Amino acid sequence: MDISFFVQQVINGIALGSLYGLIAIGYTLVYGILRLINFAHGDVMMVGCYVAFYGIFLFSFPWWASFLIAILLTAVVGVMIDIGAYRPVRNAPRISALITAIGVSFLLENLGLVVFGGRPKAFVRPDFFSGVRDIAGVRILDLNIWTLLITLILLGIILLVIYRTKAGRAMRCIAFDMETTRLMGVDINRIIAVTFAIGSAAAAAGGIMWAMRYPQINPLMGILPGLKAFVAAVLGGIGNVTGAMLGGLLIGIIEIVMVAFQPDLAGYRDAMAFAILILILLFRPTGLMGTKLPD
Amino acid sequence: MDMDNHHRRNQLFSLASVIVLLIFLYFEKQYGSDYQIRILNNCAIFAALAVSYNLINGVTGQFSLAPNAFAAIGAYTSALLTMTPAEKEMSFIIDPIIWPLSVMHAPFFFSLLAAGVMAAFFALLMGFPVFRVRGDYLAIVTLGFGEVVRVIANNAQSITNGPLGLKGIADYTDLWWSWGFALVTIFIIFRLVRSSYGMAMKAIRYDEAAAEAIGINTFWHKMLAFIASAFFAGIGGGLLAHLITTISPTLFTFFLTFNLLIMIVLGGLGSTTGALIAAILVTWGSEVLRIVEEPFRIAGMEVPGIPGMRMVIFSIILVLMMIFARQGIMGTREFSWDWAADRAKALFKKK
Repeated sequence: MDISFFVQQVINGIALGSLYGLIAIGYTLVYGILRLINFAHGDVMMVGCYVAFYGIFLFSFPWWASFLIAILLTAVVGVMIDIGAYRPVRNAPRISALITAIGVSFLLENLGLVVFGGRPKAFVRPDFFSGVRDIAGVRILDLNIWTLLITLILLGIILLVIYRTKAGRAMRCIAFDMETTRLMGVDINRIIAVTFAIGSAAAAAGGIMWAMRYPQINPLMGILPGLKAFVAAVLGGIGNVTGAMLGGLLIGIIEIVMVAFQPDLAGYRDAMAFAILILILLFRPTGLMGTKLPD
Repeated sequence: MDMDNHHRRNQLFSLASVIVLLIFLYFEKQYGSDYQIRILNNCAIFAALAVSYNLINGVTGQFSLAPNAFAAIGAYTSALLTMTPAEKEMSFIIDPIIWPLSVMHAPFFFSLLAAGVMAAFFALLMGFPVFRVRGDYLAIVTLGFGEVVRVIANNAQSITNGPLGLKGIADYTDLWWSWGFALVTIFIIFRLVRSSYGMAMKAIRYDEAAAEAIGINTFWHKMLAFIASAFFAGIGGGLLAHLITTISPTLFTFFLTFNLLIMIVLGGLGSTTGALIAAILVTWGSEVLRIVEEPFRIAGMEVPGIPGMRMVIFSIILVLMMIFARQGIMGTREFSWDWAADRAKALFKKK
C-alpha cells in the first residue's frame, strides 16, 4: 500500500473528523447539562450554512465577515430555540423534552425547505481555502489545514470558557447537580442559554467548513452529520468536550479509511457510525473519556 | 354482582360497536368511492400503527423513533414472500435475488406474520444494548437505525432490489384486512396495557428507579413493550406494501414516524383510545390541510400554495402541544363504557 495515499486519507479523515467533533461539542454540552438529546442541533448547523451562504451571495459580504456573522447569528438561533422551546418544558417529563426537540428539528428542516427551497445550492469555496499543497508527495487541500487549525483554536476557546470562567464553572456545576446549583444562587436559565450559544456557534463553524468541503448545501444536510456527531459525543464520553472532539476525529478517520480501502462498502459509510454506537453501548457505555453521569 | 352486570353490558356495547363498524365497512366496500376507501384503509393502518407506537412511547415512556424502520422491514419482508419466484426474477434485473428468498413464497396471512416477527427480531437486537445502558439512547439508536435500514434498502441490491424497489406487489389489502388488523391490534394492546405487564410498564414511565426498587424487571418490560410495538409496526408495513403495491427505500421515511408521533401526542401519550382517535383525526386532517399547499383565493387575490407548508404546520403544532397542552385529548385516561354511560345518564337527567 502506498504510504502517501494512506497519509492523505488519514489527513482527510482528521479534517472530516474535526467537523464531527465541532458539532459533537454542542451535543455533549447540552446532554451533559440537561440530559437532553438536542435533535435540532444538526439543523442548527444547517441554518448557519444558509446564513453564511446568503451573506456571501446575496449581500456580497466578504467571506470572512459573512462567516463571522453566520456564527454569531447561529448562536442567537440556538439561544432562541432554548428559550422558546426547551425552557418551557424543562420541568416536564423527559420524554416531553425529547419530543419538543424532534419537533424543533423537523420544524427547522421543513421551514428550510419552504424558505430556502429543496434544491441544493452550490456553496462556492473562497479562493483562500482552495489551494493545494504538496508536502513530501502528499497532496493536502488548504481547507484541510485551516479546518484543523480553526478547530483547535475553537476547542481551546471553549475549554477556556468551561474551565477558566465563572459561567463555565456554573455549567459544570449544573451538569453535576442542577438543584443544588440553583440553591447556590446561580441563574440556571442564563447559563443554559450560554451553553446553547456556545454549542450552536461551534456547530455553525463546523457546518460552514462542511459546506466548503462538499460545496453544496440543502435544508436536510444537518441530519446525517448530526447523527454521526452524536455518536462521536457518546464515543468520547457524553458530557466531556475533549472526548467529543476525540470521538469526532476517530469517527472521521474510520469513515474515510473504510471508504478508501474498501470502496465496495462506500454505500454503507453512513451506517458505520450506527455500528460504532451499538458497540460502544455494548462494551463501554461511558465512552472513551466519560464518567458515569448522575441521573 | 353489579360489577358483573356492568362488565357484561360493556362487552355487549363493544361487540355492538364493532358490528356497526363492520356494517359500515361493508357498505363502504360496496358503494364507497376509491378515495373514501383509500382514506379508510389509511385510517385503519395508521390507527394500528399509532396504538402500537403508543405502547413504547406513551405507556412505557421510552422514546423510540423507529416505527418507520419497522414498517419498512415489514413491508419488504411480506412483499418478498407474497411475490412469486417468477415475479421476483423479473424484478431483480441488476443483481439476481439471493437463494432462499428467490424460491420462498407464502400466503398473505403468513407473510404478514413473518413481517411482524422480522421487525420484532430487529427490535430485540436493538433493545438489548440500549435498555441495558440508558433508555435515553433509545431515541438516537432508533433514529440511526432508520438511517441504516434506508442505507441497506438502497445498497443490498440482491435482497431489496436497491433504489428500484419492488413493484407489482399484489393488492391484497382491502378494508377487511386493514380494519381487521386494526381491531386485533387495538384489542391485544388494550388487554396488554391492562394486564400486570402493562401496570409494570406504566410504573416504569412514572419512575423507573422506584419501579426497579419494588422488584419490576425494568429491562424485560421495556423490551416487551418495544418488541410488541415493533411487531405490529411490521405487520402495518406489510399491509401498506400490499395497499400501495410499490415499495422503495424512500417510501418509509422519518416523515411516517413524525406523523405517528403527532398522533400519539395529540391523543395523549399513554392513552390507547387517545391514539386511536388522534390517528383518525390526523389522517383525515392531513387530507383537509392539503389546501394550504394548493393555490387559493382570499378576497379576490390569488395566493400561491406553498408546498411543504403542511409539515411546517405539523411541527409547530407538535412543539406548541408539548409546551401548552401536554395532556393531549385524553391525557393518560381511556375511554370506557362506564364513563359513557355516566355521561349519558347525566345528560338525560338534565332534561
